This record gives sequence, structure tokens and C-alpha cells, in this order.
Amino acid sequence: MTRPLVRPPRKNPILRTRVPTLPPGGRSRVAHGLTAAAARGQFELQVCRDCGTVQYPPREACRKCLSHRLDWRAQDGAGELVSETTLHHSNELFYRDRIPWRLGVIKLDSGPVVIAHLHGDCPPAPSPVHVRAGLDKAGQAALIAVPQKDTPNMADDRQLREMTCDPKFRKILITDAKTALGQALVEAIVAAGADLIWAGYAEPWKKPPGFERLSKLSPVSLIPLDLTDSRAVKNLAGEIGGRVDILINTADHHRTYGIAAREGVEVARAEMDTNYFGLLRLAQEFAPAMRARGADGQSSAVAWVNLLSIFALTNFPPHGTYSASKAAALSLAQCLRAELAPSGVRVINVFPGPIDDEWSQALPPPKIAPERLAADIVGALKSGAEDVFPGDIAQEWQARWRDNPKALERELALTPR
Amino acid sequence: MSEPALPQLVADLGAGRIRIVDLTQTLSPEFPQIVLPPEMGQAWPFRIEEASRYDARGPGWYWNNFSCSEHTGTHFDAPIHWISGRHLPDNATDTIAPASFIAPACVIDCSREAAADADFLLGVDFLRRWERRHGRIPAGSWLLMRTDWSKRSDPVAYQNLDATGQHTPGPDTDAVKFLVDERQVLGFGSEAIGTDAGQAFHLKPPYPCHYYMHGSGRFGLQCLTNLDLLPPTGAVIIAAPLKIKDGSGSPLRVLALVPSPTGTPAPVAKKGRVRTKCPKKRR
Amino acid sequence: MSARAGYDDVVVACPTTLPYVRYSIRGAHWFLAGALAELLRRSGIAKDRVDGLCVSSFTLAPDNAVGLTQHLGLTLRWLDHIPMGGACGIVALRRAARAVQSGDADVVACLAGDTNHTDSFRQNLATFSQFARDAVYPYGSGGANASFAFLTAYYMRTYGAKPEDFGKLCVAQRTNALAFPTAVMKKPLTLDEYLTARVIAEPLRLYDCVMPCAGADAFLVLRRREAENRGLPYARLLATIERHNAFPDDPIQYRGGWALDCDEMYAQAGIGPDDIDVVAAYDDYPVINVMQIEDLGFCKKGEGPDFVRRNTFTADGSFPLNTSGGQLSGGQAGAAGGFLGLVEVIRQITGQSLGAKVPDARLGLASGFGMINYDRGLCSGAAILAAGQ
Repeated sequence: MTRPLVRPPRKNPILRTRVPTLPPGGRSRVAHGLTAAAARGQFELQVCRDCGTVQYPPREACRKCLSHRLDWRAQDGAGELVSETTLHHSNELFYRDRIPWRLGVIKLDSGPVVIAHLHGDCPPAPSPVHVRAGLDKAGQAALIAVPQKDTPNMADDRQLREMTCDPKFRKILITDAKTALGQALVEAIVAAGADLIWAGYAEPWKKPPGFERLSKLSPVSLIPLDLTDSRAVKNLAGEIGGRVDILINTADHHRTYGIAAREGVEVARAEMDTNYFGLLRLAQEFAPAMRARGADGQSSAVAWVNLLSIFALTNFPPHGTYSASKAAALSLAQCLRAELAPSGVRVINVFPGPIDDEWSQALPPPKIAPERLAADIVGALKSGAEDVFPGDIAQEWQARWRDNPKALERELALTPR
Repeated sequence: MSEPALPQLVADLGAGRIRIVDLTQTLSPEFPQIVLPPEMGQAWPFRIEEASRYDARGPGWYWNNFSCSEHTGTHFDAPIHWISGRHLPDNATDTIAPASFIAPACVIDCSREAAADADFLLGVDFLRRWERRHGRIPAGSWLLMRTDWSKRSDPVAYQNLDATGQHTPGPDTDAVKFLVDERQVLGFGSEAIGTDAGQAFHLKPPYPCHYYMHGSGRFGLQCLTNLDLLPPTGAVIIAAPLKIKDGSGSPLRVLALVPSPTGTPAPVAKKGRVRTKCPKKRR
Repeated sequence: MSARAGYDDVVVACPTTLPYVRYSIRGAHWFLAGALAELLRRSGIAKDRVDGLCVSSFTLAPDNAVGLTQHLGLTLRWLDHIPMGGACGIVALRRAARAVQSGDADVVACLAGDTNHTDSFRQNLATFSQFARDAVYPYGSGGANASFAFLTAYYMRTYGAKPEDFGKLCVAQRTNALAFPTAVMKKPLTLDEYLTARVIAEPLRLYDCVMPCAGADAFLVLRRREAENRGLPYARLLATIERHNAFPDDPIQYRGGWALDCDEMYAQAGIGPDDIDVVAAYDDYPVINVMQIEDLGFCKKGEGPDFVRRNTFTADGSFPLNTSGGQLSGGQAGAAGGFLGLVEVIRQITGQSLGAKVPDARLGLASGFGMINYDRGLCSGAAILAAGQ
């Protein structure tokens, strides 16, 4: 039975902080098909288009008929635990710091045999289990077998937690807590059991409804934060940077212009200053401390969340300069992901479609409600996905983009102004 | 003709017989900036980016790059800034005659009224009452409206925005026309954001101080401070904007030269102490 | 299936072991050269008479057999590199024997050896195979210990084997090793020590695991006439088998490739399992010893535990097994582990044993197994040899 997580004791300030290490991260190119799906929270394996054989480990040709036509398809992960072991010795530092470590050999109902991490609540072999794909601390796809049915406190399993970014008992910075999404996110993170939430707000003269109420929630601390002010970001990092476990960058400057609809670069510049340069400032000031704390106990630094937009993938011309700023932020977020990779801190990019707020007022539904978006962000932290597409529009545009990005470009260009 | 008084000016400055009072707010990212509706072009707040600080980016030196609007912090408004002054000759910061940059000032104390009512409008009657005490406002002077608004150190209180917009004091239409037509002032200065009152959009015409001052080739100064350290008359203001080509204004250093015959330090704020609406009842 | 050709007058001689050391700063080339030099010294054969070479090594990179020819100054008519781990000895023997039989080479030196630096083992594990890198090593990085823990747990659950059964094999091999001059394990081992040693990967404990070290093993393959002319004791090849990736649909490995070819091997040799005097099984973990005992026909599948309980495995026992101590007590010098058992069987049946001697040993069986590419050992092989004279 998994013991529920308890609040960790305060860190002894004179002890050296454990340096982050990673599980082995080398993968062949073909194995990264698993990573691409796991990044979206999916478990996919190659299936031969000619004979239907499901393949594992990932490979270049069907192991039955040698066909090259192997498609990555979603798997349900049902299988039988055939054998297991618990390691008390490992050759790699990451696991040496974490033994004992439970592993299993599982025969999937779909055919292949997989080696996977084994959740503590899985009964001994032989027993039915459910295999999931997630990302391990190295950011690479890894399989974990969990019980067929959910067990109490299942998410608190020590091994499963190495693949997730659970906010429970952690300290979270939400850079803009004033918007409808920001407020909903504060509430959702409080409900998820965070210890402390720094709720950032810029433009103090603007007091939207509901914002003052947040300060009454006990884990919440309102802090002024303007991402366009380098010194302010630096000063705040000096004060709280060493304590932030999860940083959620919700700051968003969203206007509704393409190129011709607005004279001058000033609006586009304001969008870039918050959406792109704001991220750069935050990353320069907050990433170093988070990087150092990637293995700092139960409440380690664990995730950096960027609220991007589905418009970052393909430009939405009615909001053309905004799309470009989100695309710039996406590219920079990938840079941040590479720089944080050695520490095990996950960069999670969220690509919602239009949010049901003032700047998407002229766009037709479906639009995603702030509460639903907040729930999806918290869900991504708990599941450990790194590319999140919340809501129907995001899901559809992402599918269209993967299928034929040029077609999506044409379709969006036809959007009536 | 008497000799030019410059050597005397230098001597008086050195001896403290003339003091310099700094009427300028510090340019920093925290200083509030005028806020327009989101669909309009915005004025940039002050932002500063370090280029190097005795480090790898420049081992022996420290310097910054900064950005702001022409109308950020304590700043000067040129006639070209308003539609009513757009066609006047020599109406931009680089073409205004420099003689305008040194001028006497009249300081109108509205601090008590402004404390009681954030939307206080300075009217002609108030000006005439002031003149009865301090004499006629000379042509070519600055007219500075002292409200002690600069003592509001909380940026939110300084900006004083609510759901109906900004609430700060300023002149009414008749007062502006009086100052322009009857007194030929050089320009109007205020302590809050805007020479016009925060709710001046609703006056006729909207923003009458901008409209009439700039429309007659006159100037504005905003976000001044330390007006409570100036005498009602007798101060000389130095206010020279940056020489921006075709500029509509600029942040600047506004200095007041103030006579101090005994060479004593600056006086503390004297009469006109801010009162609450009702005097406290004694128990 | 077509009948397999015999080996005519091809023989194997000069079983050689370069003493193992735990760590060495030398490269693999040093150990392979040392083993070759020892072969030449004991056989009296000149270096330039050797016209065939077969090499196995994990730490020779960036070289393989090709680089070694120039490194050691050899000009050859036949060259092979056998990257098959624990099966490399059997496979080298098969390749070299056919080369000599067909006249492609006259004298083939078969070498296997590796160095061992303090970080060699981990480096090898991380890049062992594509499947291991993608689908095994990221999970706990336990190496072969984890892989064989799975197999051992499955075998125990399925066939009722107990820790004591595996312990008996390990204790016996330790006894054999104590008599062997260059075994790395020099202290006796009791069953109690075996059962209470620290857990490595459940259910495997410390003495279930081999000790990696540096060293080399070697032998010569040549024609009988030349061996006799030089007065070299030799052994004849009666039958050999080899199989790779057998039983791929078994969900977990509980049987190896020998099971497919074992009957043919005995038929070709013209003998049965009861005729074998000495056995060398590839012993990286005791469960694999039991698997080989079953799959090489000494008992039925699943009867391994019972077989272990009914027999004794020292050189003077009812079933002499790994009489130099095997890898479990002799140490695993990388690829030399694939030669170790074969070399010991050749010694025993040619009267050249260095340690405990199996009395009247004339027929020997050596078995190889190895290369956990993903979740099972892919390579297997075996050879039955008979005393030459």
C-alpha cells in the first residue's frame, strides 16, 4: 500500500544540497517515437501496417515480416506481470541514490514483452497490470507498470513521483495571478495541496474582480511582479528564487492585430516584451536556482510551465503579432528545456486554443474556460506530460498541424477578419 | 543699463543666497505611467537594462540602456503634442526657442482642496483670490498647481485609478482660458500625471489645459514634486527638454532657483497644512 | 535437416589462461598479446607459423581483430572477430575448426581477453546494445544483475527452485576454485554465507554474481598431425552446436537454444549425456547453470532443482561442473569468460588440469551462453570434445 505523502521536514540549512543526477538518457532516433507520444502523455508503440505485429523495443523494421511500414499507434497498456525484481545495487548514480528500486517484466496483451518500472502497489507476479508511458527525470520516455485499478495515494509512489511534477507540499510561483486564468490556477494549485503560492501581479492600479479574494487563501502570498522590468525580476529572484519548486509563467500580453491592421511596432513590441522577453528575464533569473535544486529532497524544484498558445505552432493571422510572440516564446522554451535538462527540471509547454477572456471575445466558440485550463495545467503537472494541448480547439489544431502543417497554414489564412 | 547679473548669480549660488530645489521625480521602473484604453497606443513606462557592470560584459565600467516614452516621469509637453498645436511654428522640443526654458514661476497652493477632493478643479475665482494676496500673475511665467500630490508615495494612490478612470486634480476650462488669454503664461505645471485633471475627458473641450495651452504655443510640465518648497512667487524655473527631433516632449530635470536671503536651509511646509474634512472633536 | 559434417582430424590444443587481476591500467591488447605469447611459448610454434586468428574482446575498441594483426605483427590467411560474449569460445572453436578443415588456415590462435578499469564495467553497460540502451539500462541501470534477477525469480516460481539449490552450485564451484592457482576468489564459501549475503537484486545475492576482472584465455586449433609432431596434448571435436535468438516468443527466458539442437549434438557425437565426464556450463549466474543442465539433456525441463539436490558438483563429485571454479569463483575477464569453461574442459580431458583433477576424464562438454541484447541471452552453443590420445 502506498503511504500518503507527508509534508517534509524543513531542510537543514547547513547540509550540502544533493546534486541532480539523471537516469541514462541515450536513445536511438527510432526510440524517440516513444518520447514524442509520452511528451503528450500518450503510450504509443510501432504497429506494422502489413502484418499488424506490435513492436517493442522500437526498431527499424517489423520483427515478423521485415516491413518498413511501422506506424506509432496508441496502446492501452494492459498486460501481465511475468517477473519482477527489486534492485539493491545500481551502476548509475541516479539509481544508487534511490534504491531499492522495483522493476518488472510485463507481457502486454498486444504482444511484446516490456521491461518497466514497477509501482509499489502492483501485486507480485503473476498479476495483471497496466503499463503507462511517461517521461523520466532525463526527459526520455520510460514505461511504468501500475495496478490495473487505482489504489489509494497511488500518485505518491516514490518511483512514480520521479516521473511527475506533483504540486503537493511544493512552493509555486504563478507569474500573473490576476487574469481569470491566473486566479483559477491559484485556486487549483491550492486544491492540489501546495504549501505556498506566490501570486504575481503587475499593473497594481488594475484590480480585476476576484483578485483581492485570493490573498485570503492561506497558502497565497501576493507579490508585485512585472516581467517587463528586468531589475524587478532580478530582485524578486534574489528574494524567493531559491525556494521556488514550480514556476508557472502565465503572463500574457494579448492583442488582436495582424500586420496591416495596426500601424507602428509598438503593440507588437509590448507583446514581445512580456511574452518573449518576459520569459527570457524569468529564465535568466530563476532557472539557475531551480537547476541547482532538481534533486533537493521531496519538495525539489521540479517544473517550469509556460502558458503558450496553439497559435505558437501556426500563426493565426487575425492575432498575427501575438502568434509570432508566442512562437518566439516556444522556441525559447525549447532552449530553456535543453538548459534545464541536466537538472531534471521539466519544462512544460501549454498550448491552449482561445481562452474565454476579453482578447478572444471576437472569436467563435469553442473557447476554453479558465477553470478548465487551470485544471489541465494541474493535470499536466501531476501526470508529468511536457506538451499539453488543452481544450477542443487545441486538440484539433494540433492534430491538423501534425497531419499537414501547410494545410493548416492555408486554413488559418482563410479565417474571416 | 546695469551689468548682466551672472557673476552675482554664481556668487549667490555659492553662498546659498540662491538655493536650488529639485522639482523632479526619480526615473525608475516603479514610477507610474499614464494608462490609456488598451486599443490606443501606449506610453512606455521607464525601463532600464544593464549593459555591463564591471563584469564580463565590460570589466571596467557600468552602463545601462533605457527606454521610456517622451511623456514618462517628470516631463515637458511641447505644443506639437496636442492636435491643437500641430501646425504652430517652432512647436517641437528641438525647435522651441531656448529662451523659454528659463522662466519665473507662480505656485498656486491647492493642497488642501486636493486632499479633500481628488477631482478638484482649479477655477478662475481661486486664481483671482490668489492674485489678491500675491499680485498679478506675470506674463511669461509658469503657472504651477501645487497639490502635494507628489507626496503620495504608493504608485497606486498616485495614479488613483478606479473603474471610471484616473482621479487627479487640474484646472477647469475657464481657468485655462484665463491664464492663456488674460495672463499670457508660459505654461502650466502639475504634480500628478497630466496637466489636465484625471477626469478632464468629460470637460468641454476635453482636456482643456492641453487643448488651449498647446493650441496657443504654450507648454506643460507634469509629475513635478517639491512644489511645497517654493515661494508663491519669486522662483525661477529651469526646464529644458531633450532636443529630440520632432519631439512632442521629454523627461527632463526641472530645477527651481529660490531666493534664500539669509542663506538658511529650505523651509518646512508652513501654512496650508492638509486637514481632514471635519476637525477632530475634543473629548 | 541435412547431416552435419564431422571435424576429421582437426584438433584443439594448448589451453591457456593468463592470470586474472581485478583491475589493470593496461589495455586489452596487453592481455591478448600475453595470451598469444603464452600459446606460442608452450607450443613451440613460431609466431609467423600462426596464419589464422580469432579474437573476442569487449574492451579492444576502437580496435577489433583487424587492428590486432598489425598491433601484434601478424600476417594471416584467415581472420575473425566473434562478438558473442559467453558463447564466443564455442563459436570461435567452430569457425576455426572449419577454417583448418577446409585448408583456409593451418594454425589458428583463438584469443579472448579484456582489461578492467574501475569504470570499464559501467561504460560497457551503457552502450551494450541498441535495445539495452533504449529499453533496459534506463530502468534501474542494474546491468546483467537485473536481467538475471528476472529470470531467476521466474524460474524459482515456476519450477520450485530454492536459494539453497543455487547456493549448492556456488559453494561447489568455490571449492573447485580453491584448488585452482589463479582463481580470484580465494576464501571458502559456506551455504550460510551464500544465503545471508547482501541482496543485489532480489532474489540474487552477492555470491550469485561474478566479479569482473582483467585477463585472457586462449587455445590453438590445428591439424592432428602437427599437434602430434610437436608433442602437444590435444582434444578432438566430436560435435558442436550453435543457435541465436531461440524461442523468441517465450515471454521470458527459461530455456536456451541448446534445447533445439541438443539431440542432434549427441547423435553426431555418437554418445549420450551419461557418457560425459566433465561439464563446463557458462555460469554468469547459477540459474543459467541449471538451465544448461536441463537443455543439454542431463534432465528434463523443470527437473533442474531435483538434479541439483541429487548430485555433487566438485571435481570429485557425481557431476563435475566448472572444475576451475567457473566465473562465479574464477572471475569474469570480459570475453574470456566465454573461453574459460572450454579451456578448462580441454585441460581436464588432456590431463593438463591446474587444479582439482576429474579422474579419468575423457569426454567433456563445454557450453556457452551470452549477450543479453534486451531481455534474454541470444547466443548459445556447445561442444563435445574427446581426449586425443
